[in-house]
Amino acid sequence: MGVREVALSAASVFTAPYQPQDYLRLVNRLSSARQLRGVVRSVTPECSGSVTITFRPGRGWHAHEAGQYARIGVEIDGVRQWRSYSLSAPAGEDPAITVTAVGRVSSHLVQHTKVGDILFLAPPQGDFVLPTGPRPLLMLTAGSGITPVMSMIRTLVPRRPDADVVLIHSARTSQDALFRDELARLAAEHESLHVVHRYTGTDGRIDLTTPADLDRLCPDWRSRKAYVCGPAQLLDDATAMWHEHHAPDALSVERFETALLADGGSGGHVVFEKSDKEADGDGSTTLLELGEDAGVLMPHGCRMGICRSCLVPLRAGQVKDLRTGEIRADEGDLIQTCISAPCGPVHLDV
Amino acid sequence: MTLTAESTQADKTAQDIGRSHTPPKEKRTGVLPTDGGVAVRPPAAAHLSDDDVRRLGEELDALRDEVIASRGAKDAAYIRRMITIQKSLELAGRAALLGSRYKPLWLAGTGMIALGKILDNMEIGHNVLHGQWDWMRDPDIHSTTYEWDFVAPARGWQHTHNDLHHTWTNVIGKDRDVGYNILRVSPDQPWQKRDVFNPLVNVGLSFVFEWGIASYDLEWDMVKAGYKTREQFDSDLLALRVKAQDQVVKEYIALPAIAMLTKSGGRALTGSLAANVIRNVWAHAVIFCGHFPEEVDTFSEEMIDGETRGDWYIRQMLGSANISGSRLFHIMTGNLSHQIEHHLFPDIPSNHYIKIAPRVREICARYGLPYTTGPFALQLASTWKQICKLAVPDTFDKRRPIASLREAWNNA
Repeated sequence: MGVREVALSAASVFTAPYQPQDYLRLVNRLSSARQLRGVVRSVTPECSGSVTITFRPGRGWHAHEAGQYARIGVEIDGVRQWRSYSLSAPAGEDPAITVTAVGRVSSHLVQHTKVGDILFLAPPQGDFVLPTGPRPLLMLTAGSGITPVMSMIRTLVPRRPDADVVLIHSARTSQDALFRDELARLAAEHESLHVVHRYTGTDGRIDLTTPADLDRLCPDWRSRKAYVCGPAQLLDDATAMWHEHHAPDALSVERFETALLADGGSGGHVVFEKSDKEADGDGSTTLLELGEDAGVLMPHGCRMGICRSCLVPLRAGQVKDLRTGEIRADEGDLIQTCISAPCGPVHLDV
Repeated sequence: MTLTAESTQADKTAQDIGRSHTPPKEKRTGVLPTDGGVAVRPPAAAHLSDDDVRRLGEELDALRDEVIASRGAKDAAYIRRMITIQKSLELAGRAALLGSRYKPLWLAGTGMIALGKILDNMEIGHNVLHGQWDWMRDPDIHSTTYEWDFVAPARGWQHTHNDLHHTWTNVIGKDRDVGYNILRVSPDQPWQKRDVFNPLVNVGLSFVFEWGIASYDLEWDMVKAGYKTREQFDSDLLALRVKAQDQVVKEYIALPAIAMLTKSGGRALTGSLAANVIRNVWAHAVIFCGHFPEEVDTFSEEMIDGETRGDWYIRQMLGSANISGSRLFHIMTGNLSHQIEHHLFPDIPSNHYIKIAPRVREICARYGLPYTTGPFALQLASTWKQICKLAVPDTFDKRRPIASLREAWNNA
């Protein structure tokens, strides 16, 4: 334990049942015992509809590796919303995210973030990171998929003259291409970086169903370690092609989108993960009843939506509140199982 | 504490039917039905048809939906402001007690800590632990992670309060909050010998309220009666021991010890003690006004058989009483002065109760249902009158007090 930890644990004698950090927050907004926070230091516009937000994290954050992502929480109308964003800053520096205004949370971040705002954070994670030894690299990105790769390029290229990086980045138009000027400057300064821009609005998309496009754009792609990040279709095609033509181990992909099974209907298959039990529910049988019938030890209380003793974290899928019809689908959201029914496949952490 | 004495009597639980709680016979899960109705409607609602009750339920559901849809950044700012005020009061109060050998600092310190604790327990703690602020998804203000500055551990209190009390509001034999197992607060509870001490027990309870609730949450009697396992009891007791130890060390050892450096040790101790007692007396007074004034109804288990959403709402309205007052007063009661609105909608943010109260009152008037409210002094007087009145048996004859009491004593 360091001096700080000793001091905090001594102070907690005076602050029980709260943590000293709960009082420190009166003077330091980043102080928290429960929830990592960061304060926004700069908001820089990128190309149309995108900004880069740099923030200074509070205690508990550990420096990220190039290519990692972090869950970022932001409050919208009083409700904390979480999304994962790749960190676009070079490894070890204060984290930055580059956000394009698509979807509610990203749009809010782009339109409303100001210097001094507080963001909520989870420590960086992910294994979409640079190889440990020097290897020739191929980066294949599209749209905002360039953000983790940008962190890699910013980390690697200025520090390693022996690097060999080919970046093929697709954007709809040249105005939409993120980091275009910086990439041009880096490529001019460092021979180790070769940048190819593909504007899909005029040139069409890169076809990864055959190797022809890649053979033309980067003839030695087979000998490179490849990183691919972008829309699901790009990742699927890349995975298939590397399987077919090359060692799949030489390919790393980063998926942003998770498939949401919003079939609109009600009822569905429920998996109780910790208990290793499953059940099929209709649209009116509650998750609590389904669990109990399947032999799961479900937490419960009033059984009618009053007391909130039955909260269980949602792992995946969506559920419907039988009182209001409201659908909840956020991973980690706590579900009142006594008044919620499955809406499509559901995974519960119980 | 009298509650300990209660446990030695617990073997009488079986015949002590008016005071004990039994788990529900059948499982009721999900949303209550909207159609149908209870077998016997309480006298105050006897004039309502099943159809009336269904419409009443729909109106109240709509009111709830409206509040839920309106929650937003202003509400989040409200609860955060309360927390900031509470933390500042607590911090400033403790700091003042460090110099409490100067009397004004003792007064200021004691006052600020008492105010801070009242805010902590009532407007913040009670309401956060109800899940009123869960929608913000802030782990610092969430019902599953929150712990309050009150001896009773939050998780145990949530069970006896959120679940048992709010589900079975004022149902004799189900709602253990009806007299907290130590008081007779309704004529529907059979008179027992110990009830002659009703007023005395209540005075005592008011001073040590937080300890009383902590002990009550352990549900001593449920272990004897076989409804609570020994393991569960032991784990609850351990949680209480850990929590209580931290609280005692903070209030009565750590702070006075530091204050000794400025020769204020003794004063810091009395200041801490006084602040706790002030909070206890205040919380006790407010909470007792919620369900125990004379006009409030109690219910039997038979009466809630077949309860619909509308009937459930009616029980909450008839079984609760409000206190009228200023905005500041409502905040200091944790909005438990809006007990009726709180019982109708226990999980909507407390700052909304004041806004919907006139509408709930209007709905009550339109359906011909009583809406019990009044100034604090009157509600408190009514509660105490009831506590004193129920200390004597129903057969009590004022013309020959001793003889009638002796009779009842021998019969009890």
